[in-house]
Amino acid sequence: MFTRRALVLAGSVVVVTGCAGSAARETPNLGRSATQAEIAGWDISIAPDGRGLPQGSGTAAQGATVYAQKCQACHGEKGVGGPNDRLAGGQGTLASKTPVRTVGSYWPYATTVFDYVRRAMPFAQPLSLTDSDVYAVTAYLLNVNGIIGEQDVMNAETLPRVKMPNRDSFIPVHPWKPKTP
Amino acid sequence: MRPGRDDRRDNDARAAAGNGLLDRRVFLKGGAAAAGAFMAFASSESAAAPPETPPGMTMSGAPLSPYGSPAGFEREVTRTLIRSQPGTTGAGASRTPLEALEGIITPSGLHFERHHNGVPTIDPAQHQLLIHGMVARPLIFTMATLSRYPMESRIHFLECSGNSGAMYGATPPAQTCGQTHGLVSCSEWTGVPLRLLLEEAGADPRADWILAEGADAAAMSRSVPMAKAKDDALLALYQNGERLRPENGYPVRLFLPGYEGNMSVKWLRRIKVTDTPTMTKDETSKYSDLQADGKSLLFTYPMEVKSVITRPAPGLKMTGQGLYELSGIAWSGRGKISKVEVSADGGQTWAEAARSAPVLAYALTRFRIPWKWNGAPAVLKSRATDETGRVQPTRDELIAQHGANVIYHYHAIQAWRVEANGEVKNVYA
Repeated sequence: MFTRRALVLAGSVVVVTGCAGSAARETPNLGRSATQAEIAGWDISIAPDGRGLPQGSGTAAQGATVYAQKCQACHGEKGVGGPNDRLAGGQGTLASKTPVRTVGSYWPYATTVFDYVRRAMPFAQPLSLTDSDVYAVTAYLLNVNGIIGEQDVMNAETLPRVKMPNRDSFIPVHPWKPKTP
Repeated sequence: MRPGRDDRRDNDARAAAGNGLLDRRVFLKGGAAAAGAFMAFASSESAAAPPETPPGMTMSGAPLSPYGSPAGFEREVTRTLIRSQPGTTGAGASRTPLEALEGIITPSGLHFERHHNGVPTIDPAQHQLLIHGMVARPLIFTMATLSRYPMESRIHFLECSGNSGAMYGATPPAQTCGQTHGLVSCSEWTGVPLRLLLEEAGADPRADWILAEGADAAAMSRSVPMAKAKDDALLALYQNGERLRPENGYPVRLFLPGYEGNMSVKWLRRIKVTDTPTMTKDETSKYSDLQADGKSLLFTYPMEVKSVITRPAPGLKMTGQGLYELSGIAWSGRGKISKVEVSADGGQTWAEAARSAPVLAYALTRFRIPWKWNGAPAVLKSRATDETGRVQPTRDELIAQHGANVIYHYHAIQAWRVEANGEVKNVYA
């Protein structure tokens, strides 16, 4: 284990070797190598271009059944009128005094719907749906918002190609510029 | 108002702005005379007044305790719980009772909470942190191994970007200061600089982002620019000297100084090094800033310069005319607070308040200024400036620039109206 002095000395080494072109600083190096199987078990995030999407597929027609069983009590029939977040409608309201932010009116990426439903829904049983059920519910939400057809198949290839209506209304603010070297 | 000759002299010699604001050094210079005139906000009636002996002097006191708790008389100093999702218990926020606190450190048990699906119970012996993605060496760290890394301790505020969001509404919320502004807290955070672990993993220089993910039931996830991750991001293990509280991410949370609160992902279990933002639900459909024209600002990370007077404030009552010390907090997600001005006449005139040391970057800064209240209704305001020169806008200016649909990043000048009966109200003024 390092003593305080050892860490300080390590710092001085950085300065010296830094001049010689090596940036390596001495750190504990206690991380264990992760295997691909371990990573696959934990990596549940989906990139906006679809990287990370699993196998499986679903349609809105299939999703209607899952939605009725798992989602409707909180989010209402066809995504409207439930006690929790409204999921459908609202297109054309964003510039009004009472904007309605839903999957259809606001969300910029269809991949986000899959990512979020899988990781966080149903609220009391997150991570319980099969990947195909998640595809089906995602398709259902896109369908009730008029974005895809009832029989359109959502899978790893088709979902990232869905262009959400509000996609181009987001203006990224330039990210952080570091203040310290 | 019936000023005596001494009062008039004070006003003439020490006035710093209109309606009774005095020079910020008056308590120092005034010495005993000024202190004698100070009037407490709380009642000071005593049941053990002289010549009676205080009861605690006539019997043995309470025993030692393994872990202390606040005095029983402070039982009402609690967080205000506001749930955001009907039918759920763990989604929502609890707010820090700012009007009951002083200094800049928030007691850990009063630090605000914002959870998206409750607080997970995590055994630190079981918890692991995975760093993977665009790295040469994907690595897994246990909490025991993280504890062997060199650590840094820093005092930083954390503010939910939804703090004061109700102030966008058409009428000012009739709530306490903590209920409107208490989604900000400040702690000493101790942990391992994230850059050390990113270096060990060999993060690809072409990777401009990371994704941070929590081990809660929302699997809370946010993308963070790599520049921030390598600059001052901390894997925080300790808060105010002890291990993190469960509701603040035990056993490990990301901490991003100055950035909107939920990016400092709690219960951190995974960091994925990526070439693009992941566009998670909580950085697109939520925590993006809808403007009046229907466009939305994405990735509005730093919390902008802001301040609020916490004494007096809604939730407290004035106890009669006379000399008070106004006290408040100021902060900026872009660095240090360089100036705080206070007005007692609704913004017509301003005086600079004293900033209490320490004044630190990305920390709450406590400010104070003496005020001689004449007993008449008055509107108090504070206006902060940070080291980048940014100044708190008025509410009208903020809404003119961004609209009133934003929800997030409300940071306008706050007005409190002091009524003749001593009550303090939230007003748009």
